[in-house]
Amino acid sequence: MSPEILRLIWEATLDTLWMVAVSASLATLMGLPLGVFLATSGRGELFAAPLVNKALGFVVNATRSTPFIILVVAIIPFTRLLVGTSIGTKAAIVPLTIAATPFIARLIEGAIREVDQGLVEAARAMGATPLQIVRKVLVPEALPAIVLSLTLAVVSLLGFSAMVGAVGGGGLGDLGIRYGYQRFMPDVMAVVVVVLIVLVQLVQSTGDHLSRRLNKRLRHG
Amino acid sequence: MNMPVRPSDLSEAAPLPIPAAAAIRFENVSKTFAARGKGAAEVRALSGIDLAVPAGSILGVIGRSGAGKSTLIRLVNGLEKPTSGKVVVDGTEVSGLDERGLRDIRRRVGMIFQHFNLLSSRTAFDNVALPLEIAGMPKAEIRRRVEPLLDMVGLADKRHRYPAELSGGQKQRVGIARALATRPKVLLSDEATSALDPETTRSILELLSSINRELGLTILLITHEMSVIRGVAREVAVIDAGRIVEHGEVFDIFTRPKHPTTRSFLGAETGRELPPYLRAHLRPEPVPGAAVALRILFRGPHATDPVISELSRELGLDLNILSGSVDEIAGRPFGTLVVSLPNDPAKLGQALTFLQARDLDTEVIGYVA
Repeated sequence: MSPEILRLIWEATLDTLWMVAVSASLATLMGLPLGVFLATSGRGELFAAPLVNKALGFVVNATRSTPFIILVVAIIPFTRLLVGTSIGTKAAIVPLTIAATPFIARLIEGAIREVDQGLVEAARAMGATPLQIVRKVLVPEALPAIVLSLTLAVVSLLGFSAMVGAVGGGGLGDLGIRYGYQRFMPDVMAVVVVVLIVLVQLVQSTGDHLSRRLNKRLRHG
Repeated sequence: MNMPVRPSDLSEAAPLPIPAAAAIRFENVSKTFAARGKGAAEVRALSGIDLAVPAGSILGVIGRSGAGKSTLIRLVNGLEKPTSGKVVVDGTEVSGLDERGLRDIRRRVGMIFQHFNLLSSRTAFDNVALPLEIAGMPKAEIRRRVEPLLDMVGLADKRHRYPAELSGGQKQRVGIARALATRPKVLLSDEATSALDPETTRSILELLSSINRELGLTILLITHEMSVIRGVAREVAVIDAGRIVEHGEVFDIFTRPKHPTTRSFLGAETGRELPPYLRAHLRPEPVPGAAVALRILFRGPHATDPVISELSRELGLDLNILSGSVDEIAGRPFGTLVVSLPNDPAKLGQALTFLQARDLDTEVIGYVA
């Protein structure tokens, strides 16, 4: 494999990491509060607002049921409005973030709902405000599960980011399509796949390790 | 660690000021839960509750599960709102407060739980600190407040342990320290010892008694175990199907229970239950040659007198002891004795008069062959 190709692979890897990092961060920033709200706004809950809850739940489901590749194309005008272009890594971040946000929100919702309601009652009995209950009880108690959820989201984003390559999104997927597929370079394709596998492994084991460290329900040593 | 406290030590403790007012007062409180789902009936959890917990005392509420005791205790800190009636805590009518007012009163009322409800992500120290963080106390002051509390519950060496590393009893001690962190005047105990073994239960109850004496804290506890009431409470209220069916001093309720629910709760607790061999031989009607089985309850000033030997001597009666137990309830001696004596109406009448003159309760429970 020529040094030129190796350089391309290296750059594509960096592009992928950058796309995933930025979209994962933005999606977490929006998905975390959204997930917390979804978990706490049902009837009789902390921020009871059943109608808003239902409406948001519908939007989340709608976004999640749209196939990613269709989402990418459908929001091209929005992407152009936001970043000025619909091609390249910067443009890819927009659909990646939009797809990951409801995904993360649902995962966070599940993690928050797993927290023992007795803890919420104890915090209420201490005179905690709903916001204090979220900050001091729900999120810290759900943190190990939240970390696992975010790990899953990052792994999924790695897959999605390879898909935006099909529409000129840049990164490893783009490289695989243009060189591996269109120029018949199976060795490039193989390297792309291996790099993705290694990245997924790294992300997953880092997430698992972090979650275990945070989980104080298990006895250590 | 605190020294174990025995009820008899109570008399030597500094006398508490006579409670002038009730720390908690329920006035004609009812609570109905709305029907959940179609076809479901609404649930009447409490009806017409009138109850006062004197400041500085320990009142135990006992009832079966579903009797309404959980709802009752949650009315005190506003976790539940009454459908009608008033709940007054420390001079404030809780039932009329908005959310802000409720948060304020909740900082003056501590609560401990059956399953401890400690945050698994926080150490013992940080769990005790939580209510203070919620109240917005500066870090340095929190430290000054938490350390002595952990000392008091005997967990100073476990301050950096997470709940998963503590035993049930230790977790409840953390729960108690946490409940006391904001220096409340009232402590609510929601089945706090129900998940603990008997020995741990005893040590937690001793801790609660000593807190009650040393801090003058008013404690309202709910339980389904008479032994808990007996171990710690001064007054007891028996709740059944949402109503308080009996209420009084622990000694009186234990020794002269009136309501069937109370009697069933007492069961073996005060030797009221007959041993199986005796139950098998007991007949409701006299049979030829049978003796009368008489239950004598020793309570009050004559509980420790040698009554049986006097009775035997003075009336020339042959008494046969069938079963018995002598015990202490709320710091006072109490005994139950089942004796048999010849089925002779005249003698029996004399014996009953003799016993009643000494203020002992008697009851003919049947005939034994």
